[in-house]
Amino acid sequence: MSFVLETQGLCKSFGGIIATDNVSFQLPAGARHALIGPNGAGKTTFVNQLTGVLTPTSGKILFQGEDITGWSVRRRATAGIARTFQINQLFADLTPLESVVLAISERENAASEWFKPLGSRADIVDEACALLDTLGIGDVRESRVGALPYGKQRLLEIALALAAKPKLLLLDEPAAGVPESEREQILDVVARLPDSVALVLIEHDMHLVFRFAKTISVLVNGALFCEGTAEEIARDPRVRQVYLGEEDVGHG
Amino acid sequence: MSMTQPTKPGDGAGARMLAGAGWRWYEVLFWLAAIGLFFIFGDFIPGIPTRLMLLSEIISLGLLALSIDLVLGYAGVVTLGQGAFFGLGSYVAGIMAKAGMGAFPLSDPLIGLAAAAAVSGLAGFITSFLVLRGSDLTRLMVTLGVALILAELANQMRWLTGGADGLQGVIMGPVLGQWDFDLWGRTAYLYSLAVLFICFWISRRIVNSTFGLSLKAIKGNALRARAIGVPVNARLIAIYTIAAAIAGVAGALLAQTTQSASPDMIAFHRSADALLILVFGGAGYLYGGLIGAGLFRVMQDVIGGITLQYWQFWLGLVLVLLVLFVRGGVIGLLEGWRDRMTRKGDAP
Repeated sequence: MSFVLETQGLCKSFGGIIATDNVSFQLPAGARHALIGPNGAGKTTFVNQLTGVLTPTSGKILFQGEDITGWSVRRRATAGIARTFQINQLFADLTPLESVVLAISERENAASEWFKPLGSRADIVDEACALLDTLGIGDVRESRVGALPYGKQRLLEIALALAAKPKLLLLDEPAAGVPESEREQILDVVARLPDSVALVLIEHDMHLVFRFAKTISVLVNGALFCEGTAEEIARDPRVRQVYLGEEDVGHG
Repeated sequence: MSMTQPTKPGDGAGARMLAGAGWRWYEVLFWLAAIGLFFIFGDFIPGIPTRLMLLSEIISLGLLALSIDLVLGYAGVVTLGQGAFFGLGSYVAGIMAKAGMGAFPLSDPLIGLAAAAAVSGLAGFITSFLVLRGSDLTRLMVTLGVALILAELANQMRWLTGGADGLQGVIMGPVLGQWDFDLWGRTAYLYSLAVLFICFWISRRIVNSTFGLSLKAIKGNALRARAIGVPVNARLIAIYTIAAAIAGVAGALLAQTTQSASPDMIAFHRSADALLILVFGGAGYLYGGLIGAGLFRVMQDVIGGITLQYWQFWLGLVLVLLVLFVRGGVIGLLEGWRDRMTRKGDAP
């Protein structure tokens, strides 16, 4: 079986603190995987190593069989690793359309073009509009991002990640902080993502996890505690004790 | 009034984006007015004294502020050292013209401009690596440091720059081999205005392109910009280099039109003045630097005529009020008025 993503003995320590402890992890193509674990389990540190924000202390990261451990954030992004952020990281002064047009232009290597006015590539603008429509935020595509309701901003987070046509999408708590009324739209969007994208959901909300994830990894104290299908994890008494017992199950 | 929702993807969005990059009527008006000033203050009308040298100086200052706008207003990189590239450009143009003694090619104004742009651009490229990392404070200190070093070098290299006395005996050749610089500053003004317009036009193309959009994205959120594949460092190096070259052109303009170059042109206060002018006029509009430079020099003249000692007091007061109460300087003020007018017009 070929893996989209694989880590081999991944370790990261900050001074004396071991944040990622010998994690070996495989993700098959088209996966619907969730990464769960109590607060401080090292989920975000792990994701930051996958996207290149942090360099592992030791170990290897393979993407589609290629060693990408030393690659920059940008090179990984262009290769097909996209992420959303737990806390919105958007361009407040741009419009959703401009944001997505930029992301697509970077993917198409058309963004260093300095002499042609914005919008001269009709194919890129059309693709951006279509993507925003798919995510249900086409109606606000020409408003200022900073003025959008939080739920729409969360959807734009996902739109920006999808604009890169990623092969691997890391969703860091996509519905965090979204009011109940806007939640369903986001869950719906996540459910409809195409199978060509392997999905890793980093989530606290157990409803969301069991709704979408087919497989789950539990991270505790930086190490892989256990892995399995959603049913196996739900039944596993150790997981209940370590994770579900300590955490408030389901925030929403 | 009912608005129809967009029905198909695209649906005029690209056309609207393109239209966003088009020239507005008030922009055309601005440039026509700039040409008009030539006829008003060019000693054509009896009774109105010629002020073309002052206007040329304003253009040079405005172009410097425009170059800061590219890095600060669009890419979000604060700098206190743009004056260094300005001064470098002025010395390059001045030294070349002096060596050429009025003859082609060294004293040719356009060749001087090109050389100034190249040298300043190169200096910008080299020092751009210093501003890639660090916070705003680090960037302020680094750019200020570079500016101080260059200013002191100009002061010390007396054999080349004339030291504290400045460069004496700069003789410019005619523009395009046709028009000599005259006593009224007519050639100087039209030449400066033409160069300003070309630099402005290039800058306008840059900020309205996808490249320009990526600069705004970097300013807005560098973390996210990297995550969607924007080569942040390469873009910052590019715009910093371009802005340094434009600052060099601005300095060369001043040296060529005044036929001199002095430590004053590379001194720190020029960086500070230009930054102040930009904030005053409004950063992130391209026109902010030009309007700011005009108002700054006119205020200096008018208030200076009334109370020579205290003009900076009044300037400071206006600046504090603008920064406190208006976002985007003078242009922000005008924009606010326009929005209020259109809202009034839309009301039922």
